[in-house]
Amino acid sequence: MPELYIDGQRISVAAGTSVAAALALAGDGCSRSALNGTRRAPLCGMGVCQECRVSIDGQRRLACQTPCRDGMRVETRR
Amino acid sequence: MNARRCADVIVVGAGIVGAACARALAQRGLEVQVLDDYRGGATAAGMGHLLVLDDNPAELALSAYSLQCWRDWAPRLPAGCAYRNNGTLWLAADAEELALAAAKQQRLSTHGLDCELLGAAALRAAEPALRADLHGALKVGGDGIVYAPNVVDWLLAHEHIRRCRAQVVELDGAAVRLADGRRLAAGAVVLATGIDAGALCPELPLTPKKGQLLITDRYPREIRHTLVELGYVKSAHQATGPSVACNIQPRPTGQLLIGSSRQFGSRDPGIDGTLLARMLKRAVHYVPGLATLNAIRCWSGLRAASPDGQPLLGPHPHRPGLWLALGHEGLGITTAPGSAELLAAQLCDERPPLPVAPFLPQRLLPEAADA
Repeated sequence: MPELYIDGQRISVAAGTSVAAALALAGDGCSRSALNGTRRAPLCGMGVCQECRVSIDGQRRLACQTPCRDGMRVETRR
Repeated sequence: MNARRCADVIVVGAGIVGAACARALAQRGLEVQVLDDYRGGATAAGMGHLLVLDDNPAELALSAYSLQCWRDWAPRLPAGCAYRNNGTLWLAADAEELALAAAKQQRLSTHGLDCELLGAAALRAAEPALRADLHGALKVGGDGIVYAPNVVDWLLAHEHIRRCRAQVVELDGAAVRLADGRRLAAGAVVLATGIDAGALCPELPLTPKKGQLLITDRYPREIRHTLVELGYVKSAHQATGPSVACNIQPRPTGQLLIGSSRQFGSRDPGIDGTLLARMLKRAVHYVPGLATLNAIRCWSGLRAASPDGQPLLGPHPHRPGLWLALGHEGLGITTAPGSAELLAAQLCDERPPLPVAPFLPQRLLPEAADA
């Protein structure tokens, strides 16, 4: 059961859960904000549409293509 | 053709050139009907780099005049047009290219254009993300960037312009036939459909030059100017074979738009991965830090190239009533304002703001067409 942090909130998920799924479980389901402030969320779920770009441990990743790992820090507000 | 008169002028094609022509005609009091089938073209695919090019006097005159139009438009452009007067840096990788930059500065200065030769140290201060061993650059201060699709909407928002989604399938002088069978007539028809004009007007000597672009995710802004290698001029005008050149444009969003490539003869919209890789390596060669950024999209588009590299602006010599505004190759967004003024001035019998001879379609259509 990996434990990770989404915008500072601790959440534990089943092994093999993607960050996109964790976002849906933990918060508003969104991965980032557009320039105009609109929240953006995963769409295609297969690494193509680039909507689920999210900051993970300071690196920009695709939430749908990244499995959750222990201690990850996911930031959707930056 | 039995046709209903729908306007003073019909403009076919609502890319940046068609939209600018429609606006220029509407400002002269003409009623303009714009027809477009929304297939999308070079306006949607292009970088939106507004730049002065000086390969020949006609190109310099048209691009310099157009850049002045863009700067005049700038205060009125909505925020979504993303206009920025950020300037272009023409990068010199060696002493030979620095000499090219100096010669370019001479030509542009003679034309009264704002440009400044930067040495190696000044260039590093201006753009620290560039590789450290460049010899310098020519900064062209009046150049800019824009998001052209939104400029189209701005240009077409005029009381004398009506815009309609329709596919034109046949041209007949100052009339057109639509895919749904309707026929529309006007005092004149302006064809501004870029490379797609061949389907309606097969005698036009236009060839597609395919380009590929890539855009990154948003990052903190580290690049301010549009960065173009001086080798661009060489590669852009290479007669055959695919070519790439470093062209890096900072978007106001914090994204970087990366080009450029040229490929002859292909109409396949698919991405050529090998050529894309060559293009990106070229960009990384100049800005090493690019290698760590994420790309989010890549796409392609077709430039409509004429045999002598200049657009066709004016009456079709063998089809009375038909006017042409196309063949802009890679400079259509830049020169849309000037192209529109040249077209509208001819159509309305005014004195054009620049000599029109280098752009008249008859230079490329000397023989009577079979059509």
